[in-house]
Amino acid sequence: MSTETTSTVAHLGIGDRFRLWWDALARPTQWAVGVPFIVLIALLPIIKPPVLTTVGTDFAGVLAQFGMYALLAIGLNVVVGQAGLLDLGYVGFYAIGAYTVGLLTSPDSPWNQTDSWLSQKWAWLFALPIAIAITAISGLILGSPTLRLRGDYLAIVTLGFGEIVRLLADNLTTITGGGRGLSRIAYPIVGVSESRPTGYFSAGNNQAPITSGVAWFWLSIVLIIVVLLVVGNLQRSRVGRAWVAIREDEDAAEIMGVPTFKFKLWAFLIGASIGGLSGALYAGQVQFVIPTTFNIINSTLFLVAVVLGGQGNKLGVILGAFVIVYLPNFFLGRTELFGIPINGNEIANYKYLFFGLALIVLLIFRPQGLFPARQKLLAYGREVYVAARRAALALTRPTSDETTGGSR
Amino acid sequence: MPLLELKDMSVAYGRIEAVRGISITVEEGELVTLIGANGAGKTTTMRAISGIRPISAGSIWFDGNDISKMKAHERVLHGVIQAPEGRGVFPGMTVLENLEMGAYARVFKTKAEHDATLGRVFELFPRLEERKSQVGGTMSGGEQQMLAIGRALMARPRLLLLDEPSMGLAPMVIQQIFKIITEINDSGTTILLVEQNAQQALSRSDRAYILETGEVVTTGEGKALLADPAVKQAYLGVA
Repeated sequence: MSTETTSTVAHLGIGDRFRLWWDALARPTQWAVGVPFIVLIALLPIIKPPVLTTVGTDFAGVLAQFGMYALLAIGLNVVVGQAGLLDLGYVGFYAIGAYTVGLLTSPDSPWNQTDSWLSQKWAWLFALPIAIAITAISGLILGSPTLRLRGDYLAIVTLGFGEIVRLLADNLTTITGGGRGLSRIAYPIVGVSESRPTGYFSAGNNQAPITSGVAWFWLSIVLIIVVLLVVGNLQRSRVGRAWVAIREDEDAAEIMGVPTFKFKLWAFLIGASIGGLSGALYAGQVQFVIPTTFNIINSTLFLVAVVLGGQGNKLGVILGAFVIVYLPNFFLGRTELFGIPINGNEIANYKYLFFGLALIVLLIFRPQGLFPARQKLLAYGREVYVAARRAALALTRPTSDETTGGSR
Repeated sequence: MPLLELKDMSVAYGRIEAVRGISITVEEGELVTLIGANGAGKTTTMRAISGIRPISAGSIWFDGNDISKMKAHERVLHGVIQAPEGRGVFPGMTVLENLEMGAYARVFKTKAEHDATLGRVFELFPRLEERKSQVGGTMSGGEQQMLAIGRALMARPRLLLLDEPSMGLAPMVIQQIFKIITEINDSGTTILLVEQNAQQALSRSDRAYILETGEVVTTGEGKALLADPAVKQAYLGVA
């Protein structure tokens, strides 16, 4: 028994080591380290470090896309990582968020409101909460009948949901514009000047240093922090404990008195809202939505981000999202790497192949993901975690009751 | 009025009836055992009492109320608590977190009440206190069983359902678990126990029911059944 625990301490991964280090820091030190780090991340698209920057495409644009994917990964992680519900149709919520903004603010849409009660200037901002609310409701509608299913059955039904949303967008031609999509979607009009006649957030703004990519990246950083705070608090609450219990053993959770259906529905609803938020960001940034963006491959890609990063670990899945977005763009337009001539565009084209292979290798050798959630999942705050750490350290020393085993 | 009463209860998986109209009563303070071979319907009965398996006919009464339609998590609030078969310990949570999960639905009025409950569990299972920050999934079978029972006790059960607590354990550990079960019962908790270890179970039970292919075939006092030649032959391996 004690040999087992000793080895788990010896096998602490990067994530656990980082957490131990972080949790041992005092609050002010955490701020002193965390804030400059976030500022540094935010300044990346302006500094454009030569090692990191992309050559074939705008680096700031890539980071803006990463911001949206990070939100998606956090949202999907609530459903898949925390509550343990396999959702293969998460892209459906992303689509509903994007199309809600599109339908409300695009002049192509029959439901365009920008000439009536939505002011042109603030249209995007007003459409945002509506998009989140509508996606939350769609999560409720999908969840109420389907969350009675478990495991693979749930996965199949959600897969169908994702496709239904895309097919509706494709075929309701008179409303969604079908395959032509919706263009000229509203975006926040902020900072109009002579050099930026349409403001920072307009897709047409490529005035350095603050291009539209940078503006959207910054906005998504703010939203990511807000969402992380909300999700983190939930995780440490009774809701979070219920999710962990459901993920680990649903029947056991139910007979501990956890209303499992209710909490699964909550996970779905929260995950859906975050997906809708990300979709609304996407619609505003690109100012254009078409159904093909929301195909099943993308849904799988979101899941890859979560699995790759480490299910259940909020920060891990953000890194997963970064890998998913950044790597293909890194290769795009590159002709050589470390002096070796490569065809970067081809490599980027085959991204699904490479991600597929990476996923298979990962699931064989490291099924918990690159940055797995800690083993102690529950929420007693720092004190207990530090206490547990002390206990873990104590266990590395041989104990006297080793021989008694389970029979004492 | 019995604490628990099953009236002609049937449970079906699709078209196959696993439990066929059984009637069982458990009085307040009793230790009652269900014994039977594999597939007799013991675990199905327990799942039905807890509410994670719907019943197809009959009714379940607890403390004078019909709870047949009540959701599983609501039955917990009334004090119907189960330590499930195969232990059902949350593998990724520590011992302490598992125990706290047991008290999920219970509202402690004071911190002292919480500490007293936890203290009582640790008193019954000192092993759990030593291992309290260990992850559940890495514990031995016996320890996991202790944890499952301890976790159920955290909810302050009025009726404790124990599904095969001796399954897969070494004889010495089984002895110890049964001793603790008797102790819990002596301190006033009503227990319904499912067992294949008939010797241990019958000698410690007030009453017992013998299930065969979903029906109650014999019932009586534990010690009387132990002496019954038919029972001896079928469950105790005595010719």
